[in-house]
Amino acid sequence: MLYIIDYGSGNLRSVQKAFEHVGVLAQVGSDPGRIRDAAGLVLPGVGAFGAAMEELERRGLPQVIGERVAAGVPFLGVCLGLQLLFEGSEESPGVPGLGLVRGDVRRLPADLKVPHIGWNQVESMKDSDLTEGIPDGAAFYFVHSYVVVPVRPADVLTTTEYGLTFVSGVELDNVAAFQFHPEKSSALGLRLYENFARRVYQG
Amino acid sequence: MHLKRIIPCLDVDKGRVVKGTNFVDIRDAGDPVELASRYDQEGGDELVFLDITASHERRETIVELARRCAEELFIPFTIGGGIRSEDDVRALLNAGADKVSLNSAALKDPGLLTICARRFGSQCVVIAIDAKQVSVDPPRWEAYLNGGRLSTSKDAVAWAREAVAAGAGEVLLTSMDRDGTKDGYDIALTRVVAEAVNVPVIASGGAGNLDHLVEVVEQGGADAVLAASIFHYGQYTIREAKEHMAARGIPVRL
Repeated sequence: MLYIIDYGSGNLRSVQKAFEHVGVLAQVGSDPGRIRDAAGLVLPGVGAFGAAMEELERRGLPQVIGERVAAGVPFLGVCLGLQLLFEGSEESPGVPGLGLVRGDVRRLPADLKVPHIGWNQVESMKDSDLTEGIPDGAAFYFVHSYVVVPVRPADVLTTTEYGLTFVSGVELDNVAAFQFHPEKSSALGLRLYENFARRVYQG
Repeated sequence: MHLKRIIPCLDVDKGRVVKGTNFVDIRDAGDPVELASRYDQEGGDELVFLDITASHERRETIVELARRCAEELFIPFTIGGGIRSEDDVRALLNAGADKVSLNSAALKDPGLLTICARRFGSQCVVIAIDAKQVSVDPPRWEAYLNGGRLSTSKDAVAWAREAVAAGAGEVLLTSMDRDGTKDGYDIALTRVVAEAVNVPVIASGGAGNLDHLVEVVEQGGADAVLAASIFHYGQYTIREAKEHMAARGIPVRL
């Protein structure tokens, strides 16, 4: 079973039904036991970095997430779920993130329209089964004010231009995450979820 | 590259789409969800539902519409029309709407924008402004209440600035003079508002052909174009509109 991790950050139904649409049942919840049993994990979310980490901690989830990632379970982060993978964020100084990807999260420069809202193009920096069938330069839907800055260039999966070039997707081993919302990105967003489901169930 | 958006708008009365459509193989042309889903498949970048229901059960029907849309749509959608309170906004967002647009209620109490932006984030708070030109030289527009029927004597550009400062994350700007005319958007109005605020402006009112879409983006500085009848009656497909814009050098999602 695919498990969508709920830590009280908004409506996760849109992510769940996107998986349903591509023929994959996904449960939503915050049960550490279910996380342990899941074949694949999805960490969505919107809101503030610090508050989200607090909610994850309160439910005792960072440790079990770390264990399952270390065990090789396919993991997908979406929007704030991408940022939480990093070591920390300018949004919430002093609050450690999950630390599964090296680097941190910074605010978009003030001279840009922030939040960055709307459709923007995504360029692939390396091959991945997750972006199979998705043309280079395809557009996805973004809503965010902060961007991730990975330490290792090899972790960068996709980049996007918005006044500057920022990292819109990361991938290292079984962990992948995107700044945009596939569940709001029409057919190609659904394709990305389908690709993740294929990774989970067909290895 | 950040892309310009095309946003079809559906007027909804008691849960049914008011303006007819020309889609040939649609089962129920009055079903907003089925139409919306078609626009998603055709390449619409977002959708706006404007509720024009004038009755007491309106909130239930519009929340139910948001819930049904959230089940079927894989693009962002905004719901507007008659939203009065923070509770209304919360109910719509919880039902799955991505954004909510406020109009008359925000004119009466701009603090509502601030409350909603703090609670839910400015990215989901749209200020809808119905503007009517009241002077040609110097050019001046005023914001109107209640679907454009009631003057507020409030300067539309100043109101846009105030609403954004109060927390609105986007401006849905409708020209009352152009709405329904098919003579093109009010480019001068769009330009002064786009220059006055640092959030995206959606131009609305007057689209009659595809050059109008190009003009209001190129000359008016619009981040998105909203249109209803040119798509509903099958005059153009969204694909045609996007190809036309792309051919004129405007970045769009094809």
